[in-house]
Amino acid sequence: MSEIFVENRQVVVPGEVLADGMDYLPGQGAYRSGDSIIANKIGLVSIDGRAIKLISLAGRYLPKEGDIIIAKVKDVGMGSWRMDVNSAYTAMLPVKDATSDFVPKGDDISELMKVGESVLCKITNVTTQKLIDLNMRGPGLHKLPEGQIINVNCNKVPRIIGKQGSMVMMIKEKTGCNVLVGQNGLIWLAGSPQGEVIAVNTIKMIERYAHVSGLTDIIKLHLEKVCEGLNLPAAEELNTNSLRLSSGRGGGSSSGPRRFGGRDNYNQGGQRPRRYNGPPRGARQ
Amino acid sequence: MSEPHRKHVIRALDENMRFDGRANDDYREIKIETDISGTAEGSAKVTIGDTVVIAGVKLSLEKPYPDTANKGNFMMNAELLPLSSNSFETGPPSIGAIELARVVDRSIRESGSINMEDLCVEPGEKVWMIICDVCSINNAGNIFDAASIAAVAALKHARFPTLDGDVIDYKKRTDKKLPMKDTPLAITVWKIGDKIIVDPLLAEQEVFDARLTVASRGDGSVCALQKGGTYPLTEEDVGIMVDIALKKAKQVRKQIEAAVKG
Amino acid sequence: MSKYTKRFDGRKMDELRPIEAKVGVIAEADGSAYFKIGKTSAYAAVYGPRELHPKFMQNPKCGLLRCNYNMMPFSGMGNRVRPGPNRRAKEISLVTASALKPVVDLSNYPNAVVDVYIELPQTDAGSRCAGICAASLALADAGITMKDMVAAAAVGMVGDQVVVDLDYHEEQPGDGLEAVDIPIAVIPSTGEITLLQMDGIISKEDLMKAVAAGKKACLVVNEIQKKALQKKYADLTKEATQIVGKPTAKASKKKTEVEGEANE
Repeated sequence: MSEIFVENRQVVVPGEVLADGMDYLPGQGAYRSGDSIIANKIGLVSIDGRAIKLISLAGRYLPKEGDIIIAKVKDVGMGSWRMDVNSAYTAMLPVKDATSDFVPKGDDISELMKVGESVLCKITNVTTQKLIDLNMRGPGLHKLPEGQIINVNCNKVPRIIGKQGSMVMMIKEKTGCNVLVGQNGLIWLAGSPQGEVIAVNTIKMIERYAHVSGLTDIIKLHLEKVCEGLNLPAAEELNTNSLRLSSGRGGGSSSGPRRFGGRDNYNQGGQRPRRYNGPPRGARQ
Repeated sequence: MSEPHRKHVIRALDENMRFDGRANDDYREIKIETDISGTAEGSAKVTIGDTVVIAGVKLSLEKPYPDTANKGNFMMNAELLPLSSNSFETGPPSIGAIELARVVDRSIRESGSINMEDLCVEPGEKVWMIICDVCSINNAGNIFDAASIAAVAALKHARFPTLDGDVIDYKKRTDKKLPMKDTPLAITVWKIGDKIIVDPLLAEQEVFDARLTVASRGDGSVCALQKGGTYPLTEEDVGIMVDIALKKAKQVRKQIEAAVKG
Repeated sequence: MSKYTKRFDGRKMDELRPIEAKVGVIAEADGSAYFKIGKTSAYAAVYGPRELHPKFMQNPKCGLLRCNYNMMPFSGMGNRVRPGPNRRAKEISLVTASALKPVVDLSNYPNAVVDVYIELPQTDAGSRCAGICAASLALADAGITMKDMVAAAAVGMVGDQVVVDLDYHEEQPGDGLEAVDIPIAVIPSTGEITLLQMDGIISKEDLMKAVAAGKKACLVVNEIQKKALQKKYADLTKEATQIVGKPTAKASKKKTEVEGEANE
């Protein structure tokens, strides 16, 4: 006889028995041991027909292809930047994936972007060894201007964004701040100092209470209370064009300098592979 | 640290509205709890906002130094535990931990608050050695001040163990406090750009230019100073910072005294 | 052999000392816990998975679990414990990692490390077990994939009596009594043993009796661990529902009402 011991949205801990019997199937966050289905991390139960899975409540960011994230420059190499993406793994952003400008090999790319600067970018590839490729040339991707970057648990990001962005929209409207949320748990925001304080507090509250049902209403009421009577100026619209990386040299070929070599070139300095210029001059064909 | 980040911190300070809503000269909430380690002769836990620090006092009998045959000894040690921050590593004390220990040490030693002669048991042979260890538990900025408060609270909470001839019975504690008549306190004041603040957040500590640790006694006299950071301070800066430190020390002192009463 | 019929502190033979367990006590860490049993207390903090240095320690097949156990200088029963590397702490760090590894799954994190730091503010025997209990809680709190938690307790013998959770006095009973100290850690769902050490002289029969008692005690500890994790979220839920009832808190000049306001 199959039996389920938990309800939807219940908090369960590692080792907790979720169900007995072969009628149920273990999803993400659960495993089968003998007849039982057991939780293998701390999470919220999510029952989908016969599958029991867990929504993670904690855990550091695991980079995923397609994610839009905030990354910070850790190191400037020859033709690429090594980026901190708030996980156990660093990422490479080659200059050809950062700007449509032509950048001659050997140029000092720190003129485009220095250590400590941050960008909104996209993860284009993650290898099995968790080497990460980034790209910031796509639409809506750009350098981040002056602002605050806070770190929240990446598992809470969906809650902070809300259904179709409704939660983050609410924060932006009420506090007058520009807010950009990275899937890796880094959030950039800028507004008036007072607006930022409220925005940061509210985001931290959502992070804290993400597992609570009815949170949207609680946050809505909280924002209304806290912003009451305050005249929070709305932040300037982000001019994403001016935030694109540009050396002022003007555009080169739209695909950038040709790139040789594969994904195996992740040494410390982030060197680009040497370009093959054909056989040495004077060599016999 | 990046220019945009630094500019943003300074903008907040310009409007006296820091990232957590505080004014430039506001502390986060300070909580002091004593007796958090039964094995220490005296102990205290101090939280400033989310920063948590524990201090413990151990007493032992030693031979005095030859040039101070009738005086006891005192030593401060600080551990910036990797437990408390992503950026602290295991291993011998970093220069940050060493500076912290020595600055808090001087703030207590130079204040003359502890009567070292009262620590003498037998001149030239046996004196009490007081060692105070401060361990960081969570680093959310301003471990400096938390360490100083915790050390002093632990020293004030400390009681002598029973002495049976030559043997210390650590399990039997007496009611006798350490001979410490004052409450010396080291308060660190920070300069970022042209703004002066106390109790920095981590984000503010990352972009500071200079800091001045000012240790003072109950009567408002200064007993130790330490300038840190790689940027200079003007004479006017020093005057302002000492004033702020003395004012804050006065307020915190009341809190320590309330916490160690009884 | 002398008889031990009444425990020094009056506990039943299979009774653990009072336990206090709290999760999420170190905000900077990815996961953390505080575990206190009798007068032995331990903090544990988990950082990771994060980048692992030095590179030669990296394992391309899965992440590394690294434990560091340390007694605070004022946590010893007598003299101060000089800070710094000591052999006992290194060994305990090793057996702690071995006790936790069997449940932890870091296959999704090649070349990375999960660092577990255990620090004890005070000790009264059973410190490595308290450390393991705290570490296990901290790992769960950090969202690490683990098939179960690990619970630990020190069992043993005083005289001819099997006892659970020896305190310092029982480890050195005097009065002609001999003690045997057996720290044990167990995976609650399977009963498998992940830590087993022993100091003393014991017959095989008594050893098996003690191990059985130890397993039972660990199950009791695990119930407390699970409750501590649940309580963190239950408390947060309660907090959330009370937010809207609070008076208006303007963002400017946040006033804190608790005593200890260092601002005038």
